[in-house]
Amino acid sequence: MNAPLPSARFRAEREADWRRLEALLDRAEKRSAAALDEEELLALPTLYRATISALSVARETSLDRALIEYLEGLSTRAYFFLYGVRGRIGPRLLAFFRRDWPAAMRALWRETIASALLLLAGTIAGYALVASDPGWFPAMVSGDLAQGRGPEATTQMLRDVLYGGGHGRHLDGLEMLATFLFTHNAQMALLCFALGFLLAVPSSLLLVANGLTLGAFLALYAGRGLAGDLIGWLSVHGTTELFAIVVAGAAGIRIGWAVAFPGRLSRLDSMAEAGRLSGTAMAGVVVMLFVAALLEGFVRQLVTVETLRYVIGVTMLCVWLAYFYGTPRKPA
Amino acid sequence: MSRRLPVEVKRVRMLVTPEGVSLPLDLADAGQRMGAFLLDLLILGGIFIAFTLLMLLASLVVGKPLAFRAAWVMWLAGAFFLRNFYFTLFEARPRGRTPGKRALGLRVIARHGGRLTLDAVIARNAMREVEFFLPLTFLAMSGGKDEPEGWAILCGILWSAIFLFMPLMNRDRLRAGDLLAGTWVIRAPRRPLLPELADTAEDLSFTGEELDAYGVYELETLETVIRQAHAPAVATVTASIARRIRREHWSDEGGPRDLAFLQAYYAGLRGRLEQKLLFGKRRADKHAPS
Repeated sequence: MNAPLPSARFRAEREADWRRLEALLDRAEKRSAAALDEEELLALPTLYRATISALSVARETSLDRALIEYLEGLSTRAYFFLYGVRGRIGPRLLAFFRRDWPAAMRALWRETIASALLLLAGTIAGYALVASDPGWFPAMVSGDLAQGRGPEATTQMLRDVLYGGGHGRHLDGLEMLATFLFTHNAQMALLCFALGFLLAVPSSLLLVANGLTLGAFLALYAGRGLAGDLIGWLSVHGTTELFAIVVAGAAGIRIGWAVAFPGRLSRLDSMAEAGRLSGTAMAGVVVMLFVAALLEGFVRQLVTVETLRYVIGVTMLCVWLAYFYGTPRKPA
Repeated sequence: MSRRLPVEVKRVRMLVTPEGVSLPLDLADAGQRMGAFLLDLLILGGIFIAFTLLMLLASLVVGKPLAFRAAWVMWLAGAFFLRNFYFTLFEARPRGRTPGKRALGLRVIARHGGRLTLDAVIARNAMREVEFFLPLTFLAMSGGKDEPEGWAILCGILWSAIFLFMPLMNRDRLRAGDLLAGTWVIRAPRRPLLPELADTAEDLSFTGEELDAYGVYELETLETVIRQAHAPAVATVTASIARRIRREHWSDEGGPRDLAFLQAYYAGLRGRLEQKLLFGKRRADKHAPS
């Protein structure tokens, strides 16, 4: 038997470490980092560094390609485990609510104002159009959203919807309605965000269209002297829901802006940066829509006193504003 | 990178770790991406059907209108979460892969190897909404009406075609979501540690002259031939090596004798080349001066 090659000796001396790293990664990836005990967690970076330095030595001294490929694969896996997504979902959620979400909202303040203005412009236009000619109404409100509320509906019918009286259809199916509206609105908001990269044009259009629908309803109810009741009815969940849609629009506008005016970064990097920021805001939007759906489905149908509805709506708005813009700025 | 490079090299991106070692990252190609996505869709569809049946069954068993409504609510909410969070939940875990990606050995990473954050994963999967689900809804809506609107279907198809073929239109095989979130999808197949060939080599000595016949390229090819142990290939390679180093070898047509000869030569050649490597001389192939 020949004396073993130096590179084979090199491998034999370190193989146990590599196997151990591999086994640890297997276990940690299967569940999460929680699957490892403290000692193993501490061993992981050490083993990774030993492996990666073995790789650079092997590249210089060994011609065993299978070994180098194995080490590259193992190092890559360990690298992405150590430098990749953090394992525990709990602390990450906590960080999201405590820091990331308000920070993303603050970073988006300009877009948020622009988006709110677009929605407002849509609302005013919708109101003006339907007030001058009710024939505009079906053009702005789709059938399944109107649910029979239209210029042809009687004032009594419209009032019933607001206060859940009469045939009681809405009281009956309120949780169904809430879920339907939640999924519908969340899908709308996601669309607002996802279409942003087309220079924010579709996002802006969606915001205006949303405003038109709102304005059309307002004009319809105002025509029957029910404007105050409608605003009360809407404000229970509307402040939260419209805010969420405004934020989704803002996220879309931010991306569109980053594509159009990338500044010092390349267009691609600029978009990626805006995308990550907006992604955080979007996760928040889903939470807000969920809250809105709860308010809409349950609170609104149960609370039929108008002033109380106003109070809830305004309180919710204040809570969101205080949470987003009022929390002390912590360094990231 | 130049356009002349072979495909395998063009898809490799070098990542330099904080330790200063470069790791090659192998970008997934469009076919693998497509395969992984289709697998995920099948899984998603399977879960969806099972979930629907379960809800239907549950409400039928209880048989009260209230139970039916509860099932309907859970179905709507469940379908929504499935559609929007299936990909996000899987990719946000340390593995960075959905079951479909796992089956094809793919994973999601941050572009240029940075930390993959939760918001990037959310952003890249929120884009699936416009890339895939929106045109799908479009088609379903148009198909449901008595009179399918031709132009709407056409727009939907065009729209999804743009996104569908987007990975083919850029070098990094990015789809719109990757573009937005700054992510790459790489191939990360698990490579087992293969046995050391030099350890089991027979004691067969070669002269320095005999070992100087080849370089690193041939060594690596030889390694592949030995590991695959495909008899006709072994026989051919044995014959050509024996001819080149002018050594008498009684071949058994790719059998154990030939394999042992190749392994012994491999060990000898590797020892020789590695020794030269220590002195800073890397002989690329047999045409390079020894």
